[in-house]
Amino acid sequence: MSDMKTGARPLSPHLQIYRMPLNAVLSIAHRITGAAMAGSAALIVWWFLAAATSEAYFAFVNGLLTSWAGDILLGLSALALWFHFSNGIRHLVWDTGAHMGRKRVRQTGYAAIGATLLLTLLTLFAL
Amino acid sequence: MVELALPKNSRIRVGKTWPRPEGATNLRKFLIYRWVPEDGENPRIDTYFVDTDDCGPMVLDALIWIKTHIDPSLAFRRSCREGICGSCAMNIDGQNHLACIFGMDEVKGDIRIYPLPHTEVVRDLIPDLTHFYAQHASIRPWLETSSPAPEREWRQSIEDRAKLDGLYECVMCASCSTSCPSYWWNSDRYLGPAALLAAERWLEDSRDEATGERLDELEDPFRVYRCHTIMNCTQTCPKGLNPAKAIAEIKKKLVARVV
Repeated sequence: MSDMKTGARPLSPHLQIYRMPLNAVLSIAHRITGAAMAGSAALIVWWFLAAATSEAYFAFVNGLLTSWAGDILLGLSALALWFHFSNGIRHLVWDTGAHMGRKRVRQTGYAAIGATLLLTLLTLFAL
Repeated sequence: MVELALPKNSRIRVGKTWPRPEGATNLRKFLIYRWVPEDGENPRIDTYFVDTDDCGPMVLDALIWIKTHIDPSLAFRRSCREGICGSCAMNIDGQNHLACIFGMDEVKGDIRIYPLPHTEVVRDLIPDLTHFYAQHASIRPWLETSSPAPEREWRQSIEDRAKLDGLYECVMCASCSTSCPSYWWNSDRYLGPAALLAAERWLEDSRDEATGERLDELEDPFRVYRCHTIMNCTQTCPKGLNPAKAIAEIKKKLVARVV
């Protein structure tokens, strides 16, 4: 209600005091991972672009992306991808109006976290 | 608009610690948001100690105990004390509840109480709900018909009546809407879970003949579609209703019209 201030009334605290339940944490994480993956996609495009440019440039970019910092970045990208994927399935189901009960939302939330960890570990260590 | 921090006049300072009641053995510590328009000061958090042996089990009992025994200036809304009037909604232990049906034993440790989040504070725990009520009125929460009125009542089958279960029980306490981050940032244009639950109640009503017009009014990037299925509304509703699902059903009706 920030657009309708009357006099000097204070705005009650919100983010500062609200104890966010799992569903809210996963919701904001869905947004953050969605936005962050745009950065990951740009990195991968850069990689391909370098490969198409010259051998020396590819060696430079490939060196960066396979360094320890690159590994961390791409590892986090895999985590973001699998979280967005798993949690996205929840959103698709909710769009049909199903499985929106209090308890079920919590269960599928934990399931999405579990699936994210499993798929990320498989991606990083089994491929 | 998204404003993560509180405005200058809303930042909270440490308030007064009121004396412990004498001779009490079981004390519970309460940290309560206080603000009065008269002194020109910022909001503050006051500390109170409640004698739980002398007090009922609910958070509202404790507030009334404080008002009776420690600080008569503490202001809050309450009426029915049984979860049907919707007056005593407030933020307790970080989530929104009706103080009258929320037990002190449901909170571990100190009990922190704030007004409903992201509202204008009239005084202490009393938020200004003018805009919230106006939004409720805007969805026209009454039966609209064009066919001639029947001699007696508008009739409804038992099955059609059952479709309203879970929609009509809302007491308009505003717990859901003020738990919703989307409503915090966009309440000027987004109707919020409470008003949309009511909208769905009238869309579902077999007797209502204004379904098309109702959907026309909801078809808007902000009024409905600021709902991002965060589901804090469903999580916090003191009546156990599911506004998030009601909104999903509205979205389905809007899509079904065009495909």
